[in-house]
Amino acid sequence: MKREPPQSIADYGPLFFPAGMLLIFFVVPFGTMIAVSFFQRQEGGFYTPAFVFTNYERFLSAFFGGVLGFSLILAVTVAICCVVLALPFTYLLSTLSRRLQVIWLVGLLSVLSLSEVIIGFAWSTLLSRTAGLSNLLVKVGLLDQPVALFPSFGAVLTGMVYQALPYTVLVLYPAIVRLDPTLMEAARTLGSSPIRAFFNVLVPALRNTIMATLIMVFIFALGSYLLPQILGRPQHWTLSVLITDQAIYQSNMPFAAAMAVFLVLVTLGLVALTLLIGRKGEKA
Amino acid sequence: MMQWLKRFYFLVIGLFLSLPLIIVAGVSVNAKQTLAFPPQGFSLSWYGEIFTNPEWRSALLASVILATTSAALAVLIALPLSWFLWRRIAPWANIFQVLGIAPFTLPPVITALGLLTFWATTGFYGQPWTAVIGHAIFFVTLPLVTLSLGFSAIDRSFVEAAATMGANDRTIFRTVVLPLILPYLVSGYAFAFVLSLNEYIVAYMTVGFTLETLPIKIFNALRYGYTPTMASVTILFVFTAAVIFSLVAKFGDLPKLLGAMASDDK
Repeated sequence: MKREPPQSIADYGPLFFPAGMLLIFFVVPFGTMIAVSFFQRQEGGFYTPAFVFTNYERFLSAFFGGVLGFSLILAVTVAICCVVLALPFTYLLSTLSRRLQVIWLVGLLSVLSLSEVIIGFAWSTLLSRTAGLSNLLVKVGLLDQPVALFPSFGAVLTGMVYQALPYTVLVLYPAIVRLDPTLMEAARTLGSSPIRAFFNVLVPALRNTIMATLIMVFIFALGSYLLPQILGRPQHWTLSVLITDQAIYQSNMPFAAAMAVFLVLVTLGLVALTLLIGRKGEKA
Repeated sequence: MMQWLKRFYFLVIGLFLSLPLIIVAGVSVNAKQTLAFPPQGFSLSWYGEIFTNPEWRSALLASVILATTSAALAVLIALPLSWFLWRRIAPWANIFQVLGIAPFTLPPVITALGLLTFWATTGFYGQPWTAVIGHAIFFVTLPLVTLSLGFSAIDRSFVEAAATMGANDRTIFRTVVLPLILPYLVSGYAFAFVLSLNEYIVAYMTVGFTLETLPIKIFNALRYGYTPTMASVTILFVFTAAVIFSLVAKFGDLPKLLGAMASDDK
């Protein structure tokens, strides 16, 4: 039985249920959200069908501009930190025995699947005054008395790097494992130190992968929603937090939808960029 | 020297990833209701609390039911779709593959808000089953990716042999394809299950005011201060995830599932 084009309606049978589900429960909701973003908000949390741009105009204020700027800078910082930490780690991981690799992968997946709530709670405990790291520093003699290290920007950043690091490793992993091992061997035989070989051979060979990974981690970090609330102060809130806040607590659905549409546009633009880089990588 | 540097780096990353969990594990066995580390006294009563306290128990039950059903629905969507894409030449149908991957790629708040406006418009907002559909759509990516990988690994000559001997599509699917695809199906289900168990924002935006899943319960409890049950639930979750992924690794090929092709089938 070769792969062949569908001959009759019956051949399309397997497609009906999945296509229906995805269309009804993803495409239609998505469309609804776009529609709502143009609706007119009424007092008391309701909204009526309309076609107005006020929701988008409101977005152009200094306050929301600030939030957007902060979200983007935070996500970029997280992406850079993660890739810098994950790149040597993933390379070292790929040189381990298969059994050890599997153990690390199970650990990474377990941390990756952790709820943001749980990560936030775990870090808030680790950074707390009564149970946290600062107690250790007091014991060592670096601090006079324990202090709470959150809420702060550092705490938000650490929590988000923690959340995104396993993801980064798993994105880099296939590319690094498939990399021709003779590349590094050749560099080593020709007398370069492992660290030099890493920077002069591995990093340039993975240039496109690194760019694509940066963008994917950036998008991942943009979605972080609870960590800025748990580990940060209100000035550390991101666009994701504001969207939820507007939708649930301010009951301003049209405005929340407008911000979400904007977030989609930013994300899609970046995904397109990733694909473009990927394609260029194939040609090279 | 290099070996030491390598070990040191693994140690640093390992500590970074495990330290918060070690502290939480320590806190979870405190004898009294205090947030103290190292723990004062030793007691496993906060683990018992998850199952005896009616609020935590119902949250646990809600999460388990949601994860079980939504992961099953996700597999039901992904299986026929990936079978069709493997069996037929229909390039335009790839759009559904993209649609299946999109919710997982976009920031989760977008899928959540889309579903919120949708359920609010259709009048089903707050119904517990809406969360099942929400999670199934949100996590359909995982079985879709593992199943596509599984199908691409099937040797088409098996299927051709079956067809030559007169088996129709249905028989081929049941007797040849399904047994070969089963490990990928199970791991896709496992990934969707674990992530659904931990998911917060889609559940919160769709059913947050009517149904309390464990992540929602933890966050609500976190707002009013600290209870040690949060710590024990956290450890229970980490443990569950580690057990499930270990099982996937034991019965499947984890490096291959994560995209690293085994060197012999390149």
